[in-house]
Amino acid sequence: MLPIGHYLFLSLALFLLGVIGVITRRNVIVVLMSIELILNAVNINLVAFSRLYGDVAGQVFALFIIADAAAEAAVGLGIIIAFFRNRETVLADEMDLLKW
Amino acid sequence: MVTRRNAVHSAIFLIATLLATAGIFLQLRAEFIFIVQIILYVGGIMVLFIFVIMLVNLDVALHQIKFARQKWVALIVTLALTAQIGLLFWTTGKMPGQGFPILTAAPVNRLPPNAEAVAKSLFSSYLLPFEIVSVLLLVAMIGAVVMAKKRT
Amino acid sequence: MQAAAQATLDFLKLYWAPLLCGVVIVAVLPLIVGYIVLIERKLMADMQARLGPMRVGPHGLLQPIADAVKLLIKEDIIPDDADKLVFWLAPVFSVGAALLAIAGLAFGPAFQIAQDLDIGLLFVVGISALGIFGIVLGGWASNSHYSLMGALRSSAQLVSYETAAGMALVCGLLFAGTLNIKSIVAAQGTQGVWFGFLAPVAFFTYLVASIAETNRAPFDLPEAESELVAGYMTEFSGFRWSLYFLAEYTNMIVVASVATTLFLGGWLRPFAKVGWLNFLDYLPPLLMIGIAGYCALRMPKQPTRVQQVFMLAVAGLCLVVALVLAAPVLLPFVKPSLKEAVAPFYAGIHGGFWFIFKVSVYLYFFMWLRFTIPRYRFDQLMRLGWHFLIPLSIINVLVVGVALIVGSYFNLQGWALLLATTPAAILALVVALAILSIDQKNQVRQEGTAATDFYAG
Repeated sequence: MLPIGHYLFLSLALFLLGVIGVITRRNVIVVLMSIELILNAVNINLVAFSRLYGDVAGQVFALFIIADAAAEAAVGLGIIIAFFRNRETVLADEMDLLKW
Repeated sequence: MVTRRNAVHSAIFLIATLLATAGIFLQLRAEFIFIVQIILYVGGIMVLFIFVIMLVNLDVALHQIKFARQKWVALIVTLALTAQIGLLFWTTGKMPGQGFPILTAAPVNRLPPNAEAVAKSLFSSYLLPFEIVSVLLLVAMIGAVVMAKKRT
Repeated sequence: MQAAAQATLDFLKLYWAPLLCGVVIVAVLPLIVGYIVLIERKLMADMQARLGPMRVGPHGLLQPIADAVKLLIKEDIIPDDADKLVFWLAPVFSVGAALLAIAGLAFGPAFQIAQDLDIGLLFVVGISALGIFGIVLGGWASNSHYSLMGALRSSAQLVSYETAAGMALVCGLLFAGTLNIKSIVAAQGTQGVWFGFLAPVAFFTYLVASIAETNRAPFDLPEAESELVAGYMTEFSGFRWSLYFLAEYTNMIVVASVATTLFLGGWLRPFAKVGWLNFLDYLPPLLMIGIAGYCALRMPKQPTRVQQVFMLAVAGLCLVVALVLAAPVLLPFVKPSLKEAVAPFYAGIHGGFWFIFKVSVYLYFFMWLRFTIPRYRFDQLMRLGWHFLIPLSIINVLVVGVALIVGSYFNLQGWALLLATTPAAILALVVALAILSIDQKNQVRQEGTAATDFYAG
């Protein structure tokens, strides 16, 4: 196992790349994929600490996060499909139904 | 992945990232999480993403600008965040990890089989979250089907 | 530089056996797959009362080599608007996933690449699920309607039957208690009964689901020649198509190996622990001698000289194999002191023979089904997967779990467990068939809307 700092830095880098993706991309599907990237960064963090302390609870938490990400991706993509059926667009800038 | 114009390319790079993350889990001797990541994340969630991308893929989206109007503000804020956390790591004096107390040293040669260890913990101490996650998955399944169904 | 060389040498010394197995598999597998295709064509011909490929080489035995050469020198056509990166990546994904899955399998007690993987079976199943990407990305990259429809149908089929296959494997794993492949086979050895007998419903479910997983008939609508041209493989020519082809037959070998390991006793001889049936050890060499004798008998009847020489060569080869198989069994008779030294060879060689034999039986069943049963329509296929197989496999897991608890309460072991698991299997089948009949009553004939018209496009 490498020093924990390496895993923390990797997790930070992935997290920030995901945040950039969420904030700046217009295509909402890419936004959802960036959210998955954020969740993966957190998973790396959890599993690295679980290995450091020999406690398996970190891996169990990571498992729950993976299951939760699956549920959220499914519902999010369902919403996108429903919206696309109505408005024919997947760009976040054009989803402005609530704008006055 | 966040800079590709084509959403399918983005998805492929995300698949590569997820496989690499699974490899990191394997290197951390978390074999069960490694294979769960591959089966669920890569083999399940990414397949779902690629299906949806193919369903909504518009050629017109390819020729438009891909970053929103707030991209420079976002980049500056993210760099500020990186600098802040980096400073936090730096001012603890050394690279983080050497300052963390190691409570129990994990045995190096022969860990107990990872699937068994996770299962023991999952079905005894964390049984309630396990059951709640199963209800959550059921609700998500029903929700996704309802959202994506055509209103006839 | 010196340290790097030293580290490489150390690595090679430690892992030389798995590396050798890996190199052998990657080098030899395309050849084996080619000959499996030849066997399939000969079987197809036999069941259709004709002879099959006879022209290239004696009895058509050089046909796979001719096919391989043809595919390699074919022009590599890329559609105009195709996405070049994804077009290149898709077959690579497919074949990479299939070959990586082979790495987790054990073809005998001595032949395993990823040794001692505690999650062995799950690794194989998970990695072979990655092949779906090769199909979906290939269909999308071809930039053609037919390919995309074929790809979406094929991947929907694969994803649907993955759950049923996984649940069937879980039921088999209830008996094994571990995911490690060698431990699963050892458990079947200690219990003295193959898990296919203890969990017949699971075996049947896995059989059907694996046929659907590998896009074989009768579930091969996405790639049948008379349907969507060739489905997702339409636009791929030459070497790329041969990669997809290799991936499909490698997947067949993988699912056959998984089923053999979990349900058919792996590399164990039938009745491995029963002492008075030890004469079954002589069955492999006798079988080989029988084949050699048959070849020698048919030799005078061959029309040309080349074919006569070839028959004699095959007979000689079978005799050599029979000798190799007979050696570990006969030597302890000749020299009793050699019994201990010969034991690992016995396990390795005979284990390999029995494993290959069982995988061949499973693949023969696949091919037999292909030539016999007509194709399933796509909505019938989905209905079979979702409305019958998934409830069947889930209920089967439940009742087999209960049966195991009952069995351990009465201390049933080995064959006696059949007393508990057979009623469980019958119960699971009855309940699933009841669900299917209720579903059939509820099924209204839908008129074709755009959402349900599977033949659209």
